[in-house]
Amino acid sequence: MLMDNRQEIVRLRVNGDLREVGVPVHYTLLEALRYGLRLTGSKQGCDKGDCGACTVILDGRPTLSCITPVWEAEGSDVVTVEGLATAEGPHPLQDEFDRNGAAQCGFCTPGILCSAAALLERNPSASRQEIQEALGGNLCRCTGYTKIYDAVEAAGARLAETAAPETEGR
Amino acid sequence: MSDNGRNRRSDLRLIGSPQRKIEGLAKSTGRAVYTDDLDFAGMLHGKILRSPHPHARIVSIDTAAAEALEGVHAVITGADMPTRYGIIPWTPDEYPLCLDRVRYIGDGVAAVAALDEDTALAALELIDVEYEELPPFFDPRAAAEADGSTPYVHEAKKEGRNGNVTKMVHLEFGEVDKRMDASDVVVEGDYFFEGTTHAPIEPHCAIGLWDGVGRLTVWSATQVPHYLHRELARVLELDQADVRVLQPLVGGAFGGKSEPFDLEFCVAKLSMITGRPVKILYTREEVFYSHRGRHPFHMRYRTGATADGRLTSVDAEILLDGGAYASFGLVTTYYSGQLLCAPYEMPAYRFDSTRVYTNKPACGPKRGHGSVQPRFAFEIQLDKLAERVGLDPIEFRRRNFIGEDTRTVNELRITSNGFLECLDAVQRASGWNRKFRSMPFGRGVGVAGSTYISGTNYPIYPNEMPQSAVQMQIDRSGRVAVFSGASEIGQGCDSVVAYIAAEELGVPLEWVRVLRGDTDFTPVDLGAYSSRVTFMLGNAAIDAASKLRALVQDAVAEQWDVGASSVLLADGWAVWAPDTSRRLPIAEAFNLAEAKFGTLGSTGWYNTPKDVHGEYRGGTIGASPAYSFTAHVAEVDVDVETGFVEVKKIWVAHDCGRALNPVLVEGQMEGSAYMGFGEAIMEEQVFKDADHGREGLHNAPSLLDYRIPTSLDTPELESLIVESIDPEGPYGAKEAGEGPLHPSIPAIANAIYDAIGVRMDRLPFTPSNVWRSIRDARVAGSLVKPDGPQVKATAPAEEPIHAD
Repeated sequence: MLMDNRQEIVRLRVNGDLREVGVPVHYTLLEALRYGLRLTGSKQGCDKGDCGACTVILDGRPTLSCITPVWEAEGSDVVTVEGLATAEGPHPLQDEFDRNGAAQCGFCTPGILCSAAALLERNPSASRQEIQEALGGNLCRCTGYTKIYDAVEAAGARLAETAAPETEGR
Repeated sequence: MSDNGRNRRSDLRLIGSPQRKIEGLAKSTGRAVYTDDLDFAGMLHGKILRSPHPHARIVSIDTAAAEALEGVHAVITGADMPTRYGIIPWTPDEYPLCLDRVRYIGDGVAAVAALDEDTALAALELIDVEYEELPPFFDPRAAAEADGSTPYVHEAKKEGRNGNVTKMVHLEFGEVDKRMDASDVVVEGDYFFEGTTHAPIEPHCAIGLWDGVGRLTVWSATQVPHYLHRELARVLELDQADVRVLQPLVGGAFGGKSEPFDLEFCVAKLSMITGRPVKILYTREEVFYSHRGRHPFHMRYRTGATADGRLTSVDAEILLDGGAYASFGLVTTYYSGQLLCAPYEMPAYRFDSTRVYTNKPACGPKRGHGSVQPRFAFEIQLDKLAERVGLDPIEFRRRNFIGEDTRTVNELRITSNGFLECLDAVQRASGWNRKFRSMPFGRGVGVAGSTYISGTNYPIYPNEMPQSAVQMQIDRSGRVAVFSGASEIGQGCDSVVAYIAAEELGVPLEWVRVLRGDTDFTPVDLGAYSSRVTFMLGNAAIDAASKLRALVQDAVAEQWDVGASSVLLADGWAVWAPDTSRRLPIAEAFNLAEAKFGTLGSTGWYNTPKDVHGEYRGGTIGASPAYSFTAHVAEVDVDVETGFVEVKKIWVAHDCGRALNPVLVEGQMEGSAYMGFGEAIMEEQVFKDADHGREGLHNAPSLLDYRIPTSLDTPELESLIVESIDPEGPYGAKEAGEGPLHPSIPAIANAIYDAIGVRMDRLPFTPSNVWRSIRDARVAGSLVKPDGPQVKATAPAEEPIHAD
């Protein structure tokens, strides 16, 4: 008797790609990403929605993928840490995390980047207080958060700068 | 200072300035590989069955039904690996899986390898273990007073002894009683430091791979690949040459992954039985059971001083609640006393420390091993003494400064010491003189200081070999390959060796490659613990790189027909110092050297001084090549209606010798202060009593209920780097990873006192605990702002003073 091994095909749009993957029916989105699609950037720290390391962006909203049944993501746009960079290079957040020493062990980093990217997408000029609030569900055990705020602010400034001329053009 | 001037260099190009980490972008793009990210064809998944009882004999284990389950490939029990192990060679007291006795709720008794985790979990349910329950010990005092009428947690090593006592240390330096009696002021206090745990965000994970013909490979999220390597070979009865340990990137550790754990032995054994790769990933709950975190300490201090505020005598009695196993406990027991003897001059000092076993998860080393708890008590003692003699607490600390190039009362050798500058820095930055005893009721500031080791002079197992080593090779492309056995756990040691290679060999940082975390291919480094890595690895890297540099200088000098010392390697060039327009691209310089000397490689190593400690039993424990120094000021706002303590800000000044990369140093300072803040305000690893569930069960083994600070909880943290330039550290560097945690907790306690006149001598300062103290103070009529000191602190110089 194998346990609970029925698999079904789930269709997910992940980082722009439409993917089909066979997963056990009880899988979470995190399990489907990590074990089904081998997108191991998203991390499992607690497996119960407490730590935020598994955060991905689901239709623009930071979402805890370890407590999201994979079926809930069908028909949605999923962005993981692997989807933040473009052919032009790393996302400004990724570059600023590197430059500011915002990733020490780096295990919470993918989730924090997803929470921060969703915030800056809505509001590149987010204040430090707004950044703190946006990251309230992402535990970091290494940094004391200071360098993370610095990195998010710096990335926000860069995004606001590149966004501004477009706004004027409209 | 005894510095020969070697480290007072002004020619550094890259060392000392902000640099990126070599794996930084991999971490921010999701490409960084951690143990659980690895997958292998045919890999099985393992799970460990854990004891539901805090103390019991294992009468029998029946694994037949589990083995018969479809999808299960192997089941093992303690009998499959009946060799004791332990991180300290003198105190091996654990088996990979319990042999005949379980000692805490969560102790491992059997393990399963199956096709997937679900099947493995189902198999655990089918294992039938018959236990005979034994009376447990939870209270360390009861454990210490046990008379043998019920079984001790471990059998006594000698007939008639209390088996619950794992270590006793009694050391006395100077005339403690005489000086205490002659003191003008004596302060006495009882303190309690609650246990806390590391809670790295990455749970422990390991993968074993037996190749079927004699070689074992284990990947693990460990801080100590070398010690794991040794213990795997010993327990599994393999030659060390046949065991390979690989350390992928580690997602946080803080001391919680610094000894072998059950899962590492289990994946190895299960792979040896099944011939397939086997992975075990701890659940978050298991991380709390595996623990090895901060010991709960019950402490009593008596501290004497003269009327003008000079320490006379210190007397400490400490009871350490060790949990079920020895772990690093022998060292913890020594550290509980040995590391207190700076940055203040202590004419006489005695400590009496006893560590006992209890039926709870084993305690071990957490950031600031064994010295965070006594530092908490002692810095509050100093605050009380300062008040008694009418001195500002910063002034009191200045007056007792031990100095540089000196010895502590317990004969530890102090070299560089920037503690006074640390005090100046936090006093200046925090606006101390405006705030202390001067803010409205409810608001307060507190100060505390500390010291910590930069590695230990003696390794865990006695040997004369280097503590750290690197191998380096350069090739004709200009690249530098570094082979480093050091343990990267997020602190940045892989980057530090790269910075040093680039600095010494004059290549761009991007041309340095670091091969790491593989005991088959890298020289031995003992691991990431005791704040040893940058200090020792850095010196080893300088040694290796300067040997190669000499060859390159020699070859270029010959080509130019100049003296070798006039050839500099910097910024991608070989340059002639007298006329810098004479230059050669560094790759061409490497080609000249390779043509002259052949393929270019070198090894470098570092070993600690072995002649600088006291000649008494235990005198080597606490001996370090250099000591860091720290001062914090914390500012708090206390709500006396709710007991809620809001820490507004912590100013952290740390003497790290030289900041090799100030961004990484600040990161360690901020992370340390954060972790101390968490221990002060909210964290506690506690267990249920009989009235609140199953006695001895972890109260809250989750990251929701074991509270660690979120971004919204964490106060503003300001890092103030002080550089004393140590004579022995690499470029003058000392540690930065653990020292800056220590003062956070007493600084907050002292700030609460400044705010509302209430002493918090027990941790943590949760609203309920603080509120109870406020209630008691209200009844006693002492809930008032304390009076100001007669002698205020001298204002520090406006401009920062640099030691060099």
